[in-house]
Amino acid sequence: MRRRILPILATLAGACVVALLVYGVSAQSPNRTLDELVRRGDYPPAPQAARMLPVLGASGKRSLASLRGKVVVLNFWASWCEPCAAEAPLLERTQSTLQRHDGTVLGVTYLDASPDSERFVRRYHLTYPVLRDTTGEFAHSYGTDQLPESFVIDRRGRIVAISRGQVEARFLTRAVALAERS
Amino acid sequence: MRGPAALLACLALVSAAVGASADAAASTAKPRTTLLAVERQVMCVTCKIPLQEAQSPQADLEREYIQDLVDEGDSEAQIKRALVSQYGPSVLALPAAHGFDLAVYLVPAAVVLALLATLALLLPRWRRRGRERPATVAAPPTLSAADEARLESDIARFD
Repeated sequence: MRRRILPILATLAGACVVALLVYGVSAQSPNRTLDELVRRGDYPPAPQAARMLPVLGASGKRSLASLRGKVVVLNFWASWCEPCAAEAPLLERTQSTLQRHDGTVLGVTYLDASPDSERFVRRYHLTYPVLRDTTGEFAHSYGTDQLPESFVIDRRGRIVAISRGQVEARFLTRAVALAERS
Repeated sequence: MRGPAALLACLALVSAAVGASADAAASTAKPRTTLLAVERQVMCVTCKIPLQEAQSPQADLEREYIQDLVDEGDSEAQIKRALVSQYGPSVLALPAAHGFDLAVYLVPAAVVLALLATLALLLPRWRRRGRERPATVAAPPTLSAADEARLESDIARFD
């Protein structure tokens, strides 16, 4: 019996290390549960809506939940991301349209220094509010691993459409219309 | 009238001198670390490699940001805190010692302890076997009287 204990212990230890590695890899890889739910039409509530995030270029914090009752285009971006720069004018135009219908674009910067983000806002004349995800946890809860990414949220705080990558005008028009109807 | 005017002029000169020396002190704050020392401990957040190896516009922006803080006289710890507040904890090359990241520190220690425990368990056993083996090997083969006589005659023949 004593002879068997060592191999058993070694096997158990090896299994523990492998399990740890598997967990680590799966925890790091982006979660696509939201995409699946949206595809099925089971619009999921926007994750971490109550999380308070610092406002870019101002003191104070704000949460996504504070915009409940409005259609929100939640857009993750960073100043170093070229597609983010390419889509910025479209998002600003969308903001002008949404404002008239009691909606808004909400920018969230991620992995970006605030002076660089502020320069980006000035450069592209962005008028919509921008929050800073300083820990990356807010972005991670949306499965965000590449920038830009946009989530269209209806008045009840549910995600009705997701665009991973540079957002297109056609997508925004359809998704905002869907969010206003739902 | 000349007295108060002279006093005011003196005050203005003194305040200007104090202001100038304060500005000079601020602009020549003694650096407490170097860009190189901080670069080794942080990551390029977009390229996901250590900053000291990264060559990209974002890496240059990070370097500029660090250099500004170094010039302001911030310590390594202060600069790292500032970087985390800007880019998040993923900017640090070494993971934080809490949550799942704690495994980075615990697993190697646990592996070393397990190896030491295994050695402590096996070494006495190997030593015991080592001691037992020479005793069995050392026992000389016993020869019969006939074999011994033949061996002796063989040896004599070779002499």
